Amino acid sequence: MFIINCPFCGERDQSEFKAGGEAHIIRPKQPTELSDDEWAEYLFMRKNIKGVQFERWNHIHGCRKWFNVVRNTSNDEIKAVYKMGEKPPSY
Amino acid sequence: MNKNLRVKSGKIIDETYRISFQFNGKTYYGFQGDTLASALLANDVHLVARSFKYHRPRGIMTAGSEEPNAIVQLHDNSDRTEPNVRATEIEIYEGLVASSQNCWPTVNFDIGGINNFLSPLLPAGFYYKTFMWPASLWEKYEYFIRKSAGLGKSPTKADPDVYEHRYIHCDVLVIGSGISGIIAAKISAKNGFKTLLVEEKPNLGGSTIYQNSDHFKINNQNSGSWLDKEINEIKKLKNLEIKTRTSVAAYHGYNFLLARESLTDHLPIEQRKGKTRHRLLKIRAKKVISATGSIERPMIFDNNDRPGILLSSSIKRYVDLFGVACGEKNILFTNNDSAYETAISLIQKGINIEAIIDNREEIDSRLVYEVEKNNIKIFKGFTVTDTGGYKRIKRISIMQLSKDGQKVIGSKINISCDCLGVSGGWTPAVHLFTQSGGKLKFRDEDQTFIPDSYPSDQLSIGACNGDLTLDEILGNVPQVLKKFLNIEATEYANLETLSSTNKSKRNIWLLPTDKILGKTKSFVDFQNDSTAKDIKLALREGFRSIEHVKRYTTTGMGTDQGKLGNMHALGIISETADAKMGKLGTTTFRPPYTPLTFGTIVGRNVGEFFDVFRKTPMHEWHTDNKAEFENVGQWKRAWYYPKNNEDMHQAVQRESKAARESAGILDASTLGKIDIQGTDASEFLNRVYTNAWSKLAVGKCRYGLMLNEDGMVYDDGVTTRLDENHYIMTTTTGGAANVMSKLEDYLQTEWPELDVYLTSVTDHFATVSVCGPNSKKIISQVIPDLDFSDKNFPHMSFKNAKIGKINCRVMRISFTGEQSYEINIQANYGKSVWEKCMEAGKDYNITPYGTETMHLLRAEKGFIIVGQDTDATMTPIDLQMDWIVSKKKYDFIGKRSLYRSDTIREDRKQLVGLLTEDPNEILEEGAQIVADVNKSPIEMLGHITSSYYSPNLKKSIALGVVKGGKNRMGQKLIIPMEKKNINVTVADPVFLDKENKRLNA
Ligand SMILES: [Zn+2]
Repeated sequence: MFIINCPFCGERDQSEFKAGGEAHIIRPKQPTELSDDEWAEYLFMRKNIKGVQFERWNHIHGCRKWFNVVRNTSNDEIKAVYKMGEKPPSY
Repeated sequence: MNKNLRVKSGKIIDETYRISFQFNGKTYYGFQGDTLASALLANDVHLVARSFKYHRPRGIMTAGSEEPNAIVQLHDNSDRTEPNVRATEIEIYEGLVASSQNCWPTVNFDIGGINNFLSPLLPAGFYYKTFMWPASLWEKYEYFIRKSAGLGKSPTKADPDVYEHRYIHCDVLVIGSGISGIIAAKISAKNGFKTLLVEEKPNLGGSTIYQNSDHFKINNQNSGSWLDKEINEIKKLKNLEIKTRTSVAAYHGYNFLLARESLTDHLPIEQRKGKTRHRLLKIRAKKVISATGSIERPMIFDNNDRPGILLSSSIKRYVDLFGVACGEKNILFTNNDSAYETAISLIQKGINIEAIIDNREEIDSRLVYEVEKNNIKIFKGFTVTDTGGYKRIKRISIMQLSKDGQKVIGSKINISCDCLGVSGGWTPAVHLFTQSGGKLKFRDEDQTFIPDSYPSDQLSIGACNGDLTLDEILGNVPQVLKKFLNIEATEYANLETLSSTNKSKRNIWLLPTDKILGKTKSFVDFQNDSTAKDIKLALREGFRSIEHVKRYTTTGMGTDQGKLGNMHALGIISETADAKMGKLGTTTFRPPYTPLTFGTIVGRNVGEFFDVFRKTPMHEWHTDNKAEFENVGQWKRAWYYPKNNEDMHQAVQRESKAARESAGILDASTLGKIDIQGTDASEFLNRVYTNAWSKLAVGKCRYGLMLNEDGMVYDDGVTTRLDENHYIMTTTTGGAANVMSKLEDYLQTEWPELDVYLTSVTDHFATVSVCGPNSKKIISQVIPDLDFSDKNFPHMSFKNAKIGKINCRVMRISFTGEQSYEINIQANYGKSVWEKCMEAGKDYNITPYGTETMHLLRAEKGFIIVGQDTDATMTPIDLQMDWIVSKKKYDFIGKRSLYRSDTIREDRKQLVGLLTEDPNEILEEGAQIVADVNKSPIEMLGHITSSYYSPNLKKSIALGVVKGGKNRMGQKLIIPMEKKNINVTVADPVFLDKENKRLNA
C-alpha cells in the first residue's frame, strides 16, 4: 500500500487510485491508415518492466484526474509524479 | 496425580484471585495473570496435543507466539469456538474451556498414534508421492487425510462478536516493549514525536522485566527493577500511546502496518457483550522502530519433541513471571550461556536441577561459575543423543562430542528427568523486517541473519538487530536512535551496565548420535512433523532451492511458519549440500505474523454492511408492494412483483402480458446518466459511439453503442440532445461508473483539446418508464399540459415539461418494443411521480414490472443486454448490428479493430435467435450449442445467452452465440443436456414486431 502524491490533491493512500498501465502510449491519429501489425503494436504490446516504469494513474476516488507516475515496480518506490502533457523526467 | 508446581509468586500472578477453567473436560485452577500454558504447567500438565503427521504426544514448548505444539480449540461446540489458538497466548479467565485438537478419541489415547510406528512409510513428500495417483481416488484420500489430520474445527455458527478497523497515523511506531522498545519509545516521545508503542503480550518489559539477578545490572540496580521504573515513567508521557495485547500482523511498503488489538479475549465470556473483540489497526507511520526481540532456538537431536522438553528461556519465563516450575527434576541442554540464566532463576526459587549438558568444552563465563558454585553437575563437551518416555520425558542419554562435533564418542550416560530445557542460541525476530522488503545479511559468529538494508524509513534495534546481550543493547540502541530520530542527545548516554553473558557458542545444526540417521526422529518443524531425515531425503532426491525443500518437506509451512526450526532446516541444507548459509538465503515470511481470525480481517463489513447497496427513490414503494429484488452492481432493483403466491415464472408471464396488452411501469432510475456539455460535445460523441451524432437535432434521442479500442462492445444506451451543446447520456446500470471513467480517460489524456465537461448525474434523477398501448393515455393524465400527439412528440424525441411546479424531462424511447415514455425528475419526487402514474393507470390495469420482465420483453424484440448477450469478445458485427456502425466516420473508439484479420473472420461466434422444436421447451441459459452429437469430441459451436417463455408469442424463445451463426439461418442445431438432446432451429433474433409497428401504434 503505497502513497501517491496526486499533483492536484497531494499525498493520498494508494486505495484512492486506479492504475492505468504504461504511460506515453499515444493513440494514433489516423488508425485507419495503420496495418494490422502497427495497430496491434498500439493496442496490445506493453513493456511490463521490472524496474523503473512510466505509468498512468487516476485519482478515481478523489479529483478523478489522470496523471503520470514514475515507479520502480520491484520495490514500489515512486520517483516522480507529473501531469498529463508535461515533459517526462529522465530516469 | 495432579501436582502443584507453583513455587513462589511470579511477577505478574495475583494469587488472591483464583480462576477455574476446563481443559479436555477436566477442571483446573490457575491465578489471574496465568496463560493457559502456565496454568496447565502449574498443574503438571505437559501433554496437550498430538503431532500432525505421526500423532506423537506433544507438550508446551515455548511461552509465546512462536509455540508450535500447544495449539488448542477454545469453547468447542459453542458459537465462540475457535481453532488453532496457542495455549501460550491465551490469558485464562473464569469459565475458559479449551481442548486438544489433533487427536481422536483423546490426547491420552490417540488412534493416529499408530502412524508413529508406521513412520517409515511416511517420509518427506509422502502426500505428494502416495495420494496423487490415481487422481480419481483423490476425493477418497482427502476425506481420510482431513479426518485424521484435523487442525481443529471451524465454527459453524455466525460469529457473535463485533470487530472493527481503525486507522492510526503516527510519527514513530515502536514494535515490541522489551528493554530496547521501552528506551526507543521514551526517547521518541520525549523528543516530540507522536509515538505509538505496541506489544503483543499483556505486559510491558519483554524478558528483561523479570531479570532479577546480580549478574545483570544497570546503574547498580538489577536490570528488571531499572526497567520497571522506566516503564512507570513512559506511562506518563503525553506523546506516547501504548497498546498491549496488540500484535503486528503485517508490515507492508511505505510503512503501512496492520496490527490486531485484542480487547476482550482475556475476559470471561459474559463480560464481552457489547464490546469490540478485536480492532484491526491500519497504521501509517512516518518512522518505524522494530524492537521485536529474538526467539530461542531448539536443538535438533533424536526424539527432541517429547512433552516436558521446552525452550530453556521459556522455563525461565514460567518460573520468574508466573511462579511455575516446569518440572521437579530439570535438566538443561545448551550450546551457549543463556541456559545458565535459566539455571540461576531455578536455583533462586529452590528448584532442583539434575544436570546441565553443554556442547561447549571450555567456557569462561561468570554465569557458568555461578552455577558451578551451587554444585550442579555440568557435562561440558557433551550432547543429548536420545530421550525416553512417551507422554512425558523420563530420561535423556548423553555422550561426549568429538572434537569436530560430527560424532559422539565414549560411553552413553542415562540421566532421569521430567523436564528438559534446550537452548540452541538465539534467532533475531526479523519476520516483520523481511515482510517490509528488508534484506538480510548472514553473521557467521553466531550463525544468524540480521537486517542489512531498509526499504523504508525504519530501524531494527536490540535483539532483532542482533544485539543479543544487555551491554550490546544499552551500548548501541541509544546511539542508533540518536541518528535515526535526528536528535542531539539521549538520557542513556552514561549508563553503567553489568552484563555477565559470555557470547561463546558451539553451533551444531544437527547433533550427532550413535544411531544411524534413518533410525532417528530429530524434529526440525514440530508443528508439521518434519525431521532432519526428511530434509536430507529431499536433498538426496535432488531438491536444492530452499523454497522447494520447504514445500516438499512442509518445513515451515504450519501456522507458526516455522519460527523455531527454519534456521536449523537452512543449516542442515547448507551442511548437506555444502552451500554457504548466506548464499542459500531464507524462505519468505509472509503476513500475518500470527494467524488472524476472519472476523478481524472483515471488521464491520459483515451482514448488511458487507457492501453498500444503492436504493432508488421508489424503493420503499417496491418493498411495500412485495417486490422481490435482484442485485445489479450495487443497486437493489425490483426483480418481479409476485401476486397471490405466484412464483417468478408466473409473475413474469402476467407482467409481460400486461405490458404488451395495456400498460406496464418500470423503475429505470438505476440506469447510468452522464451529463455532457461543451462546444465539442457532438464531436466527442462521434468519437466514443460507433454511429454519427453531428446531425442529431436538438430534442431528439439516439441509441448508441460504445466499443473498446479492441472493437468489442463495451456499453450501450440512449443519448438525448437537450440543447446545442448539451447532451444526457444513459448507460447500463452496471456499467455506469466504468463508462464515466473511460470517457474521462479519453478526454483528459487523448483529446484534452476538446471542450467537453462530464458530470455523473445518475443519482440526481428518478426515472419512471411507462410502456404499452395505453401508455400515452396514462402519461398525458400525469402531464396534462404537454401535447403527446405523435406529430409533436414522435418516437425517439424528448420534451421539457412540468408536473405541478416541478420540471421534468420526458423521453419517448423504448426498450420493450412498445410505445413507451420515460419521465426523468429530480430524485426526491420519484416516488410521488411513480404513484401518480399508478393512479392514472388504474383504469388500464397498469402493471409494475421488474427487471426479469424487462429482459423478456426486450428479448422478444431481439434487443441485446450488454454483459448478458455479450462478453468481451463480441463486436457489433458479431451481434448482427452492422447498421449502427458508421461507414462514413473517419474514426471512433474501436473502429480500426473491426477489420483486424481476427475480427473479420466469418466463423466468429455471432448472435442469433433460437427456436425450440417443442414450443414449450425452455432452454437453459449457458447451455452449449452443437451440430453433431455423434462425433467425438463434440465440437462446441456456442452457447445460449438469454432464454424465456414468451407469453405474447406463446412459445419459447432464446438468444445465443453460434460460430458462423449468420450463415446458419434455418439450420437445425442441438442443445445437449444431461438427460436429453433438445432440437433447435436458428432464427432471426427479432421475434416480435419486426416492422416496429407497435412503437407508433
Ligand atoms: Zn487528486
